Amino acid sequence: MTDSKYFTTTKKGEIFELKNELNSDKKEKKKEAVKKVIASMTVGKDVSALFPDVVNCMQTDNVELKKLVYLYLMNYAKSQPDLAIMAVNTFVKDCEDPNPLIRALAVRTMGCIRVEKITEYLCDPLRRCMKDEDPYVRKTAAVCVAKLHDMNPTLVKDQGFVELLNDLLSDANPMVVANAVAALTEMNEQQTVIEVNSQMVNKLLTALNECTEWGQVFILDALAGYTPRDERETQNICERISPRLAHANAAVVLSTVKVLMKLIDMMPADSDFITQLTKKLAPPMVTLLSAEPEIQYVALRNINLIVQKRPDILKQEMKVFFVKYNDPIYVKMEKLDIMIRLAQQNNISQVLSELKEYATEVDVDFVRKSVRAIGRCAIKVETSSERCVQTLLELIQTKVNYVVQEAVVVIKDIFRKYPNRYESIISALCENLDTLDEPEARASMIWIIGEYAERIDNADELLESFVEGFHDENTQVQLQLLTAVVKLFLKRPGVAQTLVQRVLSLATQDSDNPDLRDRGFIYWRLLSADPAAAKNVVLTEKPLISEETDLLEPSLLEQLVCHIGTLASVYHKPPSAFIDPAKAPLRQINPIPTAKFGSSLLDTSSATSASRNGSSAPTVIPSQDQVIADLLSLDLNAPATSANTGGFGGAMTGTSSMGGLDDLLGLGGDSLPAATTNVSSNNPFDSLAGLGMPSSVPAAQQPASIGGLAEIFGSGSFGGSTGVTYPKEMWLDASRAMGMQVEGTFVRRNGKIFMEMTITNKAMQAISGFALQFNKNSFGLIPVEQLNPSPLLPNQSQNVSFQFIFSSDNLFFI
Amino acid sequence: MATSAMFILDLKGKTIISRNYRGDVDMTAIDKFITLLMEKEEEGSAAPVLTYQDTNFVFIKHTNIYLVSACRSNVNVTMILSFLYKCVEVFSEYFKDVEEESIRDNFVVIYELLDEMMDFGFPQTTESRILQEYITQEGQKLVSAPRPPMAVTNAVSWRSEGIKYRKNEVFLDVIESVNMLASANGTVLQSEIVGSVKMRVYLTGMPELRLGLNDKVLFEGSGRGKSKSVELEDVKFHQCVRLSRFDTDRTISFIPPDGAFELMSYRLTTVVKPLIWIETSIERHSHSRVSFIIKAKSQFKRRSTANNVEIIIPVPSDADSPKFKTSIGSVKYTPEQSAFVWTIKSFPGGKEYLLTAHLSLPSVMSEESEGRPPIKVKFEIPYFTTSGIQVRYLKIIEKSGYQALPWVRYITQNGEYEMRMK
Repeated sequence: MTDSKYFTTTKKGEIFELKNELNSDKKEKKKEAVKKVIASMTVGKDVSALFPDVVNCMQTDNVELKKLVYLYLMNYAKSQPDLAIMAVNTFVKDCEDPNPLIRALAVRTMGCIRVEKITEYLCDPLRRCMKDEDPYVRKTAAVCVAKLHDMNPTLVKDQGFVELLNDLLSDANPMVVANAVAALTEMNEQQTVIEVNSQMVNKLLTALNECTEWGQVFILDALAGYTPRDERETQNICERISPRLAHANAAVVLSTVKVLMKLIDMMPADSDFITQLTKKLAPPMVTLLSAEPEIQYVALRNINLIVQKRPDILKQEMKVFFVKYNDPIYVKMEKLDIMIRLAQQNNISQVLSELKEYATEVDVDFVRKSVRAIGRCAIKVETSSERCVQTLLELIQTKVNYVVQEAVVVIKDIFRKYPNRYESIISALCENLDTLDEPEARASMIWIIGEYAERIDNADELLESFVEGFHDENTQVQLQLLTAVVKLFLKRPGVAQTLVQRVLSLATQDSDNPDLRDRGFIYWRLLSADPAAAKNVVLTEKPLISEETDLLEPSLLEQLVCHIGTLASVYHKPPSAFIDPAKAPLRQINPIPTAKFGSSLLDTSSATSASRNGSSAPTVIPSQDQVIADLLSLDLNAPATSANTGGFGGAMTGTSSMGGLDDLLGLGGDSLPAATTNVSSNNPFDSLAGLGMPSSVPAAQQPASIGGLAEIFGSGSFGGSTGVTYPKEMWLDASRAMGMQVEGTFVRRNGKIFMEMTITNKAMQAISGFALQFNKNSFGLIPVEQLNPSPLLPNQSQNVSFQFIFSSDNLFFI
Repeated sequence: MATSAMFILDLKGKTIISRNYRGDVDMTAIDKFITLLMEKEEEGSAAPVLTYQDTNFVFIKHTNIYLVSACRSNVNVTMILSFLYKCVEVFSEYFKDVEEESIRDNFVVIYELLDEMMDFGFPQTTESRILQEYITQEGQKLVSAPRPPMAVTNAVSWRSEGIKYRKNEVFLDVIESVNMLASANGTVLQSEIVGSVKMRVYLTGMPELRLGLNDKVLFEGSGRGKSKSVELEDVKFHQCVRLSRFDTDRTISFIPPDGAFELMSYRLTTVVKPLIWIETSIERHSHSRVSFIIKAKSQFKRRSTANNVEIIIPVPSDADSPKFKTSIGSVKYTPEQSAFVWTIKSFPGGKEYLLTAHLSLPSVMSEESEGRPPIKVKFEIPYFTTSGIQVRYLKIIEKSGYQALPWVRYITQNGEYEMRMK
């Protein structure tokens, strides 16, 4: 007879019946009853009414029964806190049982009962168990400290458990050490209770060789958080952990890779030691690709990071990423990504023939991605572009709808990288015009027609056919169409006179979309005011698109490499982006008391913004316009703004690949020298501003109650003292602002208030066109002069300082 | 940092068993799991990690159940996935087939195991042989309550003391799986050997074992560079092997667990001639018929023989009325996998066999486009390793000084052995 029988009783007075059985004198019957209760609990029935009766069964010498009762307790104690106290006596007694199994069981279960009142009773037994003679009990007690800390951190400190846990780190038993370090790492995440020092690291490295596979993971993860004092220590740790790369458990391997990747960065890059070490890294990672598919997936997401950080490690291993027919789709997609990253001149022909093979498979998403990959290869490896274009043409001949659409999109990108090189294929594209039904493909095609309007005889007819259904089109397509028609008009004024008027009026008069309207107005005014200037603006030479369009931003990559093997490395997002702020670990309290208020304020805001940003957290390198979009609405980290920024940045990504933007980009750059002095970037919004047109940038309005300011007032030093300088604080972290980092503080010099900022560019592109907007605030401060730093190259930083005056106009009344 | 809760779900997403380890996740969030998974599958982005609000699900699917871990901090996903697979392994040691029904049938012991294998989300003891010593399905029959075996917390956490055998024996199986991927035009795109050394150990006491292989690194180090040796690209060991020892002098030394286990696995990418090579010539007359000429060649030494060779040739799913002609083996049409299988019980090296096949196609073409599955080949070649790896010695030292005999067996078989079709 199997356990499943316990699930099958559904007579009316079931609870009543169970109650009787639980109170039966016969041991067997009692146990059967408890099993039935647990079965009911398992299927989600509420059996909390039986609480006192089940707890009565607790005092038994039958371990199996005891375990079941404990299980019940853990589930229902929270809903019956008062009754749970009844169980305390038995717990305390069990903690002194001669059988270590029972002692451990009691202390383990007690820690899982998350009832405030019980925690007090837990302290004494726990303290005893931490010094138990049996390692099985000690290892369980070590974890229990983490449980207690999770409920009541102060209690753990006050009762001296931190010191006891510290002792367990030197325990003779490796399993105890491993659990102690797991508990410690977890507690340290919230606030540092025990600093990991080199002495402790030594103990851990010794235990590493002896503990279970999971223990090894705990230890390695703890080591990942340690920064060695000098090169010798770094090297020593590397040497002692690298044998772990040969462990059969994938988690041990990846955690080892994590620690090594971090430590490698701390040593001189060209040393022999590093060369040897990086050589050791590739084979284990390749082996992970023979693991279970889910683990393969995690490995591939991590390899994606490693390939970006250190391209050399896996550059010879292209073939192992070739897709197998039976790979799950999520593995296939990740492999494709890595293949493109590893594509180089010497392996491109292999890659291309593989991609072509994939493009004829049946899974639509996979095929699409493969076609896109071909385009990316063309852009990345110039010598292969000819063959890529040829391959794309062949694919277009297949007339498979989604393949054609995807091919059109990537060919547009190829044109943007190699202008005027492959126009011969345009005719083939035009043949497929009517099969395009996706906005992105339509927009791309329209861009191509506009861009090469002078070489396509019937460009006017083609565009006209699109204009017919102007209002039914997606905004992306509408914007594109507007630009393409204007281009056509400027290139061949004869054929497009009426068309351009029609489009302009459609865009400006019949549309509710502000972006479309604004762009229409700009073109209109430009065309009517100075056609020559319009030509310069619209037909200007466009910047070429860059090779790698989806690299992670360096500071984010840096952060993610430290999280190899974890969720963050799978999502490619910093942990703060997906961890609930309410439950997020409390930050360490800033040691400078005066800065306390400020820093906690900033922290709250960053936590909120992280959660609000959610999925739109930055994962790709920002295009220029995104950075500036951010800057425009940057409000020194006030919560509402960052939420804005997130949404706004997201909206921008949608359109950033469109060619039409380029036209607007050109606008600022060439024709309006007045506007370009400040706005050297080619950003649509800046240009719009320069033209005096209404901008669609949401101007955030809220008080800039930054920490520094608050302190100037809060600390009372506002009137009297002079020359008090607070250290600069992080106002905007690079990982959340597409690579721009701002640190700043407020100072008083000679009775005047200055804001000092250090702006650092951690992105891979230059940042320029800075503008500072200081919103209405409760202090009525406005800057005297505009911020005007020169463009910042990657990895450069610059100090700026400017004066503030009080202006009642800028006073924000709360 | 760790798992907050574990769930075992049936295919419809209904919870069979759940265990809340940390009390910080919403236990009802799991109800959304299956809908979420379906949505993602629809989008084509189903990955083994899902997010619902602030809960992250990390999961694997096994037979007709899902094992799901719910967590809400930046957990070590690799560790969780390995742990879930370990759970399946342990459960199957307890009650063989791990599936919906057996989970329900054994829920009491599963609760016990979940309690022992993980504490507060941290994986603990997961060695099934050790667990079986103190978590028994018939716990009530024991007169005195069991105590935790020493091994649970020992440095040797995989073997208990006091094991006794009358006859001390060790069996070693060296199994090499050949993974190969060939393109439609006959070039080998990828070829690797994944080897595995499996052991069955029936030894008394706490024996110390040392395994000697013809490892190239070792041979070169000891000046025997000339003798035949194998360069292992990557080696993975069972946790019983002393990794730091291997790292310093390439010695494989260990105290083995009792019974069967995988001691090590290795991988090497040597360019070898594909052991069995298939050439196809296909004539497609759409709307009427398709004919195949299949040539199978064995490209290994004449004195070896491949057994149970199965050549699986995919055909269009709407094909019918198959006709086959061959001089050897048998052919079976298996419409359920849209293929026919050519089975040759014994295929000596250096031979070549032919098969011709004709199938009819319906005059109406199906609308759905089909994928192009590759040709697959299954085989086993005993007494043979592709890499040339050899066990040179297996030393067994136990303090009682008994003599034990090691038995070694070699076999090469197919791994993912695929040839794309035109």
